[in-house]
Amino acid sequence: MPLDWKSYQPGKFYDELISSPGYPRKVCRGLAAYLASLSDEELQQRQESVKHAIKTMGISFTVYSEAGNIDREWPFDIIPRIIPSKEWATTSKGLEQRLHALNCFIHDVYNEGKIFKDKVVPRELIDDSGNYRKQCEGMKPRHKVWAHICGTDLVRDDKGRFMVLEDNLRVPSGVSYMLENRTVTKRVFPEIFENSIIRPIGEYPDYLFDMLSSLSPAGRDKPEIALLTPGIFNSAYFEHSFLAQQMGVELVQGSDLIVEDDIVYMKTINGLARLDVIYRRIDDEFLDPRVFNPDSVLGVAGLMNAWLKGNVGLANAPGAGVADDKVIYTYVPQIIKYYLGEDAILPNVPSFLCVDKKQCQHVLENLDKLVVKPANESGGYGMLMGPKASKKEREEFAAKIRANPRNYMAQPLISLSTAPILNNGKVEPRHVDLRPFILQGKKTYVTPGGLTRVAMVKGSYIVNSSQGGGSKDTWILEEDN
Amino acid sequence: MLSSVAERVYWLGRYLERVENTARLMSVYSAMLFDLPSGTHIGWGILIDTTGCNEEYEKLHSTMDEKEVVKFLLSERKNTASIMSSVSMMRENARTTREVIPAEAWELINNLYHHLKDNVGRSTGRRARQQILEVVVGDCQRLTGMLASCMSHNTAYSFIEIGRKLERADMTSRMVDVGSITLLPDFSSESKQRLFLEPYENVVWMNVLRCLGGYQAYRQKIHNNVRAEDVVRFLLQDYEFPRAIGYCLCSLDTDLQTLPNHDDVLHAVSRVRKITNSVSVRNLLQRGLLDFIDELQISIADIHEELQHTWFRPV
Repeated sequence: MPLDWKSYQPGKFYDELISSPGYPRKVCRGLAAYLASLSDEELQQRQESVKHAIKTMGISFTVYSEAGNIDREWPFDIIPRIIPSKEWATTSKGLEQRLHALNCFIHDVYNEGKIFKDKVVPRELIDDSGNYRKQCEGMKPRHKVWAHICGTDLVRDDKGRFMVLEDNLRVPSGVSYMLENRTVTKRVFPEIFENSIIRPIGEYPDYLFDMLSSLSPAGRDKPEIALLTPGIFNSAYFEHSFLAQQMGVELVQGSDLIVEDDIVYMKTINGLARLDVIYRRIDDEFLDPRVFNPDSVLGVAGLMNAWLKGNVGLANAPGAGVADDKVIYTYVPQIIKYYLGEDAILPNVPSFLCVDKKQCQHVLENLDKLVVKPANESGGYGMLMGPKASKKEREEFAAKIRANPRNYMAQPLISLSTAPILNNGKVEPRHVDLRPFILQGKKTYVTPGGLTRVAMVKGSYIVNSSQGGGSKDTWILEEDN
Repeated sequence: MLSSVAERVYWLGRYLERVENTARLMSVYSAMLFDLPSGTHIGWGILIDTTGCNEEYEKLHSTMDEKEVVKFLLSERKNTASIMSSVSMMRENARTTREVIPAEAWELINNLYHHLKDNVGRSTGRRARQQILEVVVGDCQRLTGMLASCMSHNTAYSFIEIGRKLERADMTSRMVDVGSITLLPDFSSESKQRLFLEPYENVVWMNVLRCLGGYQAYRQKIHNNVRAEDVVRFLLQDYEFPRAIGYCLCSLDTDLQTLPNHDDVLHAVSRVRKITNSVSVRNLLQRGLLDFIDELQISIADIHEELQHTWFRPV
């Protein structure tokens, strides 16, 4: 039996594809009709060929476990998620605005600190932040930009409004999966691309390359660029090698580099070769054993000094994570207003700060309704899903909050939107979010769409690939006139 | 080019060659055994000798029957020289150099790996085994073609080629060793076997040539029947047939000259050439090949040492 959109029931949630059972949204009608025109067998074939394509292309990610690291094939659902181009135009502006303001903020934090003097953000929050790097004080990176590559997580609420869930300003990953998802969809559904105007995303590596080039030290007009990876056992290694390949830049590990007289060199078969820009995919703490974690073998001794002297560009800049803190996050609307004089285009998810006594009390009293997140973790680790947790788990978590309130913030459980996935030949709703990628160097660029992550488990809100999430190709589609 | 990347693509080349040669060796060796009378003491053990992994084998098995030897060479993960292990190492080197090799090449290697992983357990029967070996050799050839025609012939390509020629020269020297089983010296205990094998000497050498894909090339060049002396000379010194050591050395020279600071490595190559060119093959066949092959293989390994010093890990 072909797909039946009438039997697809997302319930009370906002659905990306239909407005009510049997009625696809205007921009999705072409896709819905096409999918319904395929027989069970044809659908089955498509799904098989997706599996095969992903295996062949070697699209994988690493799962860490006690039994060792396992390279898993990327979980992918074949039904694309569609966003109308008009809606995207506003969203994209909002993302640009947000990153501009955050970069002004980071630059201010490490330089004059005007925003503290004007009492918009309390300085204590920075002093307590695990991501503040004292070594960066007074630094003026090129274009005054610190966070060059940002992955912002967006969710829709039950009304379908996009809201910002978090900003990832340290080493956000996932963009290679966004690109590969499109390649896979083209292999499997070449027919759809004939009749739809889908915004292409393949030029991301070009923009990334241009952005990195714009960070090169003055006077180095044909910059040598490299991507610094923690190595082949890192969960995002696939992405590192993919991006290096796409941009045609060197993929290096710390052991390939050496710093002499505050200049960074690569060890090549011709001897040492100067390096101008590093797209680093290792965390601040591991960048330079002389300055941060002395035991790190992933980084390069002397790298920080080379950067502080302006002899090498680093993306993202060390210390950029100070704005990627779930407590600072709650101030972003004020930060936008303060630096740009504009209202935030994209709203935050309403949040409660545990550092504030009153708000903390509210959080502790309503733990069963809230999602509590630690300020500095990423990847969905260390959080409490209040409504789904046991009483014992909630009590244990309450103790943690009381011990270190600065480290926690809480949000109501947002009813994430749903999108259909194909499960054993039937369409079923699953919750999704969206991670667009924003680049800022000399110029700014926002990916059309982004990486749609799917909680593959029925009813689940957890979309992280490290915890069983999958993904979908995401289309920004021009509406017919 | 980064030293670390140079080293990895070099090993990619070596494993590619090792996989293809091991597959060829197994497939031709099977064919040869069918030609020999069943009383021959030439057993499957020679395959283990040729690939130089006796120690590992003895750790796992006490006898050398067809099934065990084939499994050991084809699918045994504990044998680092098995086809499965080599393909998996080739894939690992490709995976970590994806930024310098063509995407199609990576996909081909990755597919071969998955194909083997899924099928290798079922392939102890002679027919299934033959099929899988054909896939392996075919994919290696496709990869060779793909690299030759889709990859820039740049530094990375030179390092792949260097890895391949070195591995191949090494393998050909082992194949010459295999042929010499018919030339066992007259130690009393083995002389009987030698007499017994003599009528089959040509069969063995013919199969050595087949294994290297060089039977036709040999006939065209030598204009004579298959004779030990001619075959050994052909495999050591010919500079036209791609699997002859002479050719590999010439080609290494050319590849090396595209790279900076190549003097020490070129010297190491010319030391091997001296060994292969100055030897009197006739004398060699009379006195036995054992010492000669040892010397040859050590000098080939020296080239690898020089590569390390010069480019991969300079001190």
